[in-house]
Amino acid sequence: MSKMAGADGDDSLYPIAVLIDELRNEDVQLRLNSIKKLSTIALALGVERTRTELLPFLTDTIYDEDEVLLALAEQLGSFTVLVGGPEYVHCLLPPLESLATVEETVVRDKAVESLRKISHEHSPEDLEAHFEPLVKRLASGDWFTSRTSACGLFSVCYPRVSKSTKSEIRQHFRTLCSDDTPMVRRAAASKLGEFAKVLELEYVKSDLIPLFAALASDEQDSVRLLAVEACVSIAQLLPQEDLEKLVMPTLRQATEDKSWRVRYMVADKFSELQKAVGPEITENDLVPSFQNLLKDCEAEVRAAAANKVKEFCENLPADSRETIIMNSILPCVKELVSDTNQHVKSALASVIMGLSTILGKDNTIEHLLPLFLAQLKDECPEVRLNIISNLDCVNEVIGIRQLSQSLLPAIVELAEDAKWRVRLAIIEYMPLLAGQLGMEFFDEKLNSLCMAWLVDHVYAIREAATCNLMKLVERFGASWAQSTIVPKVLGMASDPNYLHRMTTLFCISALSEACGQEITTKQMLPIVLKMSEDQVANVRFNVAKSLQKIGPVLENSALQAEVRPVLEKLATDQDMDVKYFAQEAMTVLSLA
Amino acid sequence: MSSAATSPPSVDKVDGFSRKSVRKAKQKRSQSSSQFRSQGKPIELTPLPLLKDVPAAEQAELFLKKLQQCCIVFDFMDTLSDLKMKEYKRSTLNELVDYVTVSRGYLTEQAYPEVVRTVSCNIFRTLPPSDSNEFDPEEDEPTLEASWPHLQLVYEFFIRFLESQEFQPSIAKKYIDQKFVLQLLELFDSEDPRERDYLKTVLHRIYGKFLGLRAFIRKQINNIFLRFVYETEHFNGVAELLEILGSIINGFALPLKAEHKQFLVKVLIPLHTVRSLSLFHAQLAYCIVQFLEKDPALTEPVIRGLLKFWPKTCSQKEVMFLGELEEILDVIEPSQFVKIQEPLFKQISRCVSSPHFQVAERALYYWNNEYIMSLIEENSNVILPIMFASLYRISKEHWNPAIVALVYNVLKAFMEMNSTLFDELTATYKSDRQREKKKEKEREELWKKLEDLELKRGLRSDGIIPT
Repeated sequence: MSKMAGADGDDSLYPIAVLIDELRNEDVQLRLNSIKKLSTIALALGVERTRTELLPFLTDTIYDEDEVLLALAEQLGSFTVLVGGPEYVHCLLPPLESLATVEETVVRDKAVESLRKISHEHSPEDLEAHFEPLVKRLASGDWFTSRTSACGLFSVCYPRVSKSTKSEIRQHFRTLCSDDTPMVRRAAASKLGEFAKVLELEYVKSDLIPLFAALASDEQDSVRLLAVEACVSIAQLLPQEDLEKLVMPTLRQATEDKSWRVRYMVADKFSELQKAVGPEITENDLVPSFQNLLKDCEAEVRAAAANKVKEFCENLPADSRETIIMNSILPCVKELVSDTNQHVKSALASVIMGLSTILGKDNTIEHLLPLFLAQLKDECPEVRLNIISNLDCVNEVIGIRQLSQSLLPAIVELAEDAKWRVRLAIIEYMPLLAGQLGMEFFDEKLNSLCMAWLVDHVYAIREAATCNLMKLVERFGASWAQSTIVPKVLGMASDPNYLHRMTTLFCISALSEACGQEITTKQMLPIVLKMSEDQVANVRFNVAKSLQKIGPVLENSALQAEVRPVLEKLATDQDMDVKYFAQEAMTVLSLA
Repeated sequence: MSSAATSPPSVDKVDGFSRKSVRKAKQKRSQSSSQFRSQGKPIELTPLPLLKDVPAAEQAELFLKKLQQCCIVFDFMDTLSDLKMKEYKRSTLNELVDYVTVSRGYLTEQAYPEVVRTVSCNIFRTLPPSDSNEFDPEEDEPTLEASWPHLQLVYEFFIRFLESQEFQPSIAKKYIDQKFVLQLLELFDSEDPRERDYLKTVLHRIYGKFLGLRAFIRKQINNIFLRFVYETEHFNGVAELLEILGSIINGFALPLKAEHKQFLVKVLIPLHTVRSLSLFHAQLAYCIVQFLEKDPALTEPVIRGLLKFWPKTCSQKEVMFLGELEEILDVIEPSQFVKIQEPLFKQISRCVSSPHFQVAERALYYWNNEYIMSLIEENSNVILPIMFASLYRISKEHWNPAIVALVYNVLKAFMEMNSTLFDELTATYKSDRQREKKKEKEREELWKKLEDLELKRGLRSDGIIPT
């Protein structure tokens, strides 16, 4: 890196004062721009002056707008090369240390992130001599901000320092876990898992478990719920025989916490917890806990638990899986189907179909099918949508025919829902449904819906309907297209509403490739060409756009003989947009 | 905090052409308090005689019994369950409220823990999740507490108890301790404004009567605010807490302790950055002005703080800031004004030239304030050069005629104040602009050179150009 050093003669061109003036500009925006290009400035100064002049300046003038500080904190994280490489990386610590103490969380977090990044570039000696003392200073700072920042730095230096320093770090962490301010305790709790991972197992047991238990019974629920997150990492680290004694009391307490936020967190992390504690504890402890969460008095908790139903069942031990599901889980699930809260029902609907692969054909038909059917009739569209969007799982197990009787009314109702976003969502599942229901069923029941969407009064629906047709043709093939949809699409070309005439053009653009040369040339092209006479300019310039799109599908002779004259004429249109798009099409098709 | 309770955006909510307030049917929403975990069984209470119907000697004991009965809480989300018992508890609570208001000699030492226990059982609970993920206090109807018929009476009872002439803090402090206060403060997050209003009175009384808890209460409020500003941006009771603080600050002894100054600079000023500022801005500005009236030397850090957090994109907040600044300027001492006038008027000059006419208008209204005018006049040699360029430009090109008219008045005022300087600035306006442009160009060139250099070096260090 020394070749980048200040030895180059041209450095003198840029006296530091000029550059620092830029960093001091009165206008925040300009100051921000300058900070964002700090690496350029450092490069101009060379590594030595960056170390001796720029960094001290930055350290001293750290009172600025948070946005500027954020940019600075980020820049410094990748500054190692600019100060002369790993050997000098500790020069970056003073400004980052100040940044790690500011009030604004995003700045502080960014400073910590940069500190973590450059910690790896320190040699073990430098880490001990420069980095670790910084962590200690932060950990014993007066104002809570520096202490919260310290929490994020323990785990990066712990593995690489001497034994005695390690013991000091553990002591600091312990102190912060019982800090006076909840902000610091929250920071410590959120880093508990990460710190546990770098600690020696004996210290996890002797040091961290008591801290974990204490944080998990903190007076503030915002601290307790973070301890739940740590629970996963800690349980992963401990041997199975210690879990019961060291982790389970705390976890049990959390699943019954009086604050719904804590219970929510347990529900949200349930699959991870399940994997971390292993099959035996799952069977004895987690199954009843999970049942309670599914029956929780807060809808938020029930919804979080409902989301985990499939994953939880999947991860149950194979030998007892079916019994547990049938005896313990399914009864709760049945109740959730008629929950009073729509978020709960919709969370359940998004995973419930997945149970069929786990339970197999007979159980699915007997026990799950009634639930699917009930959810397909739910008053809330989101629930119905979630069921429909997961049909593939059931299809594999029992075939979709079992459902089709109820499916159809549900689809029709969603297709006509007053909210266009609901209609949009169901359109997006059409290709999937078509694949599963088969062409015959589709033609009979659903084709008319797909055509009706083409004349929806919301553009987004018409657009999605166009795209849907293309996917259907890709699935069912060109001859299906020719017999079922092309005539209807082309029929709209003479509709009195110009928006519908444009839809014809959009469809042609979308379908030509899937339909192939013959259909495009013989059936679609004449219609497009005819529409170039339309009196609405928007239709005319869409003709130009469509021609550009379908051109590559056509044979060159058709292009020259039929497309060229029309585009040439459009290129002299009175309307400037029509002209523009006609010219563009000619250029793209090499007709110009 | 974890965004607990976020569910995926639902198709149900997004059809958003009408404003939320219009869309939402004015349905009355109420919520239970997350504490009823399906108790199922009906509750039976044995009716007790009225206090006034028993001899005075037995009243004390009966009072305790009634308190114990009132520890039972009912599920109000289930509107049909326990109707008789709910009514019984309501009338008992009413009786207790009257009793502590008029009776004498009822407050035995044993009564204190029972009163606190009854109050704790009823009011302390985990607040339920907010009904909508993006609860917007300005737009949405608050969710009302379902158990209010009982809860209100419990609060009423507690306040009468605290205000009672027989109330002795020296005994009560054993039961109304730090833990109690902490739980009380958490309730300020309640969505129900009626509850927050009662809490405000309760906390105020406790602060007044328990000297030993004062520092603790202030510290916990600190923590709530810091969390609100830097972590969650969500807490319903900020305005109420600020209102209490307003009177607390009023009572601070002089000279102010470092703790109080820190609270001003590190907590109250950053509160201005919160998105929902409009909900508590009046109370916040009041607190700030209280501080400045106590100690004028704090003016400079306060104004610098406001300038640091000046809104960049939210015009509404900018108008609020300008309003608060005027309140501050109303009480500013001339010696303090001089210290801060330069950065202050640079900001005002930016506001005056804001394309948002309400911002510009609010700033220009300063010139209608006699006291501010007198300060400007005394320092016109400093302020006029800062303001001149903006004013001159707006007078030529602002889109809003009302603003242009206001600016003419301001320019006229300046001209009368200091005509020599005014003429000078008018004469040099053009050349000043040219100088600025030139400087701008120089900057651009500098950066261009720097970037070339970076490119060259970058290539070289990649080994493309050998050194």
